[in-house]
Amino acid sequence: MTCFTGELLSSAVMGGIIDEQKPMMQQPGEIKALSLAEMQAIARKLRRHIVTMIGSVGSGHPGGSLSAVEIVSTLYFRVLRHNPRDPQWPDRDRFILSKGHAAPMLYATLAECGYFPVEELSTLRKLNSRLQGHTDHMLTPGIEMTAGSLGQGLSFSTGVALAGRLDSKPYQVYVLLGDGECDEGQVWEAAMAAAHFKLDNLVAIVDRNGLQIDGWTCDVMGLEPFNSKWSSFGWHVIEADGHDFTRLEEAFSQAKTIKGQPTVIIARTTKGKGVSFMENNADFHGKAPTPEQVEIALKELE
Amino acid sequence: MAPSVSVREAYGKTLVELGRQNPDVVVLDADLSRSTMTHFFASEFPKRIFDCGIAEQNMVGIAAGLAASGKIPFASTFSVFIPGRCFDQVRMSVAQPQLNVKLVTTHSGITVGEDGTSHQAIEDLALACALPGLTVVVPADAIETVRVIRMAAATEGPFYIRLCRPGLPLVHNEDYRFELGKATVMREGNRATIIAIGTMVATALEAAGNLQQAGIDCRVLNMSTLKPVDEAAIVRAARDTGAIVTAEEHLEHGGLGSAVARVLARQHPVPVEFVAIKDTYAESGPPAELLRKYGLTAADIERAVRTVVERKG
Ligand SMILES: Cc1ncc(C[n+]2csc(CCOP(=O)(O)OP(=O)(O)O)c2C)c(N)n1
Ligand SMILES: [Mg+2]
Repeated sequence: MTCFTGELLSSAVMGGIIDEQKPMMQQPGEIKALSLAEMQAIARKLRRHIVTMIGSVGSGHPGGSLSAVEIVSTLYFRVLRHNPRDPQWPDRDRFILSKGHAAPMLYATLAECGYFPVEELSTLRKLNSRLQGHTDHMLTPGIEMTAGSLGQGLSFSTGVALAGRLDSKPYQVYVLLGDGECDEGQVWEAAMAAAHFKLDNLVAIVDRNGLQIDGWTCDVMGLEPFNSKWSSFGWHVIEADGHDFTRLEEAFSQAKTIKGQPTVIIARTTKGKGVSFMENNADFHGKAPTPEQVEIALKELE
Repeated sequence: MAPSVSVREAYGKTLVELGRQNPDVVVLDADLSRSTMTHFFASEFPKRIFDCGIAEQNMVGIAAGLAASGKIPFASTFSVFIPGRCFDQVRMSVAQPQLNVKLVTTHSGITVGEDGTSHQAIEDLALACALPGLTVVVPADAIETVRVIRMAAATEGPFYIRLCRPGLPLVHNEDYRFELGKATVMREGNRATIIAIGTMVATALEAAGNLQQAGIDCRVLNMSTLKPVDEAAIVRAARDTGAIVTAEEHLEHGGLGSAVARVLARQHPVPVEFVAIKDTYAESGPPAELLRKYGLTAADIERAVRTVVERKG
């Protein structure tokens, strides 16, 4: 299933191994899949990028970036058919980040895949940067949707999935939502529509970290029973540990076998995962670590 | 320059004061209570705050229902989400039925900074001003914010009140009295008038100080009530000074500049220039750098004043 491995590609590109002219995604199997140990190393690397980027610019959203690292790296390094050399490849699988504040996590992933140089990560949120505070489709290679206003990504993804079906394209559409984001009515309008249109080429993942800004989701706006909300809206529901690569990959594989309805993966995660003082701490939703905190965090992520 | 004082904190603390005075004052938020500073009210009146989660349209609808039932709801989120995301809810549930809802938003304009375009409300005033019956107010500092919030609570009818993220230098004294629909003369002068709102009032005063050094005396008006706009003050400024510059942290379209131009065109045409964002979205960056890049500094106002003064001959 895997068509692409990030670090391998990055080094391959830099070393000129890959033929510039040859869209490699059309030759799956040519590239070896990352092992579990390699995936774990990539995840730590992505977390270090996230902490460093946000820390150095002094603003941004570490909590929800860190919680989604395994989900998104599983997609980019094990599941998606994509080509960093050709971000507009029409048959590519789509990944849409609906919770646009987790942009640093996606930028780090895209950079490690080779969509743009890793060095560019240090321009995050600075004037004239391609790496905006929230994702911007017009500026950044590999970004499918301009986001930052929560609740809009599932509708957008429904449109992308409908177009794929109309054009008989083989691509799958993956969209990542926050759990707090599911407060938005639009999410449920889209949930109803995607099931109504029987979009089995659409997979939503909810980063179920249990926190939003004002506190725990259960205290701010109760979502439970969450799984049965989705299933009663007509979705196939899979629960998974959102930090377990194996479980996540199984979930994505299972989703591919589900026909006639969309699938949602409720990925149980820890907000701020990997940095002790950020874990389960709502304060680090949208606050940058100080230089000292960055240092501690990087040590924890060695 | 004077030290900066948070307008958001002024808002949050005034809500607490109002809550003590009137049990009908209730507050709604949408998962941003520490940013909008409604959390002060939440700690003192936990039963009278309704955090609606990340569901702004629903929040506006709930506020309308509370108002229709005799409460005085203050509903807060970022300025991009009200009126933007909830335009029809504001239009149909609040403005048309003239319900007593106070929509108070924070993080307006590009001084939001690094969060970027999705969080920079630069068209909210155009949307709010488009709605008949919605009073639109943009305080210029913390002192004015306190006055405006008290006045809104005491005045029947729907309001849109726009606050910003950064603290602002105080431009008013403690004895300042806010009068709804009346512009405040911040400084006298006869060569041109700078009409400003919100964050740009302090910038306008800075520009006027620099211009005075260069021998150009400007009147500065704080047009904190954007709707209904103070037509008499605009016409007086045009008659007395013969040239106008408007300054706002908003698109050129549909905000202060448009309101002033409309009054001038009809009643007393004079040369006018607009210091505002020109038909574009901005981007991520530090607020000061954004203000420079998008033409909202004292130097930009000074240039505009020189242009209109030259044009009037
Ligand atoms: C429509 C909208 N309302 C409010 C916000 C402000 N906001 C940004 S992130 C956030 C909390 C998101 O919580 P969640 O979806 O659970 O994200 P995560 O925990 O994964 O970071 C809020 C309220 C926003 N970006 N968009
Ligand atoms: Mg969450």
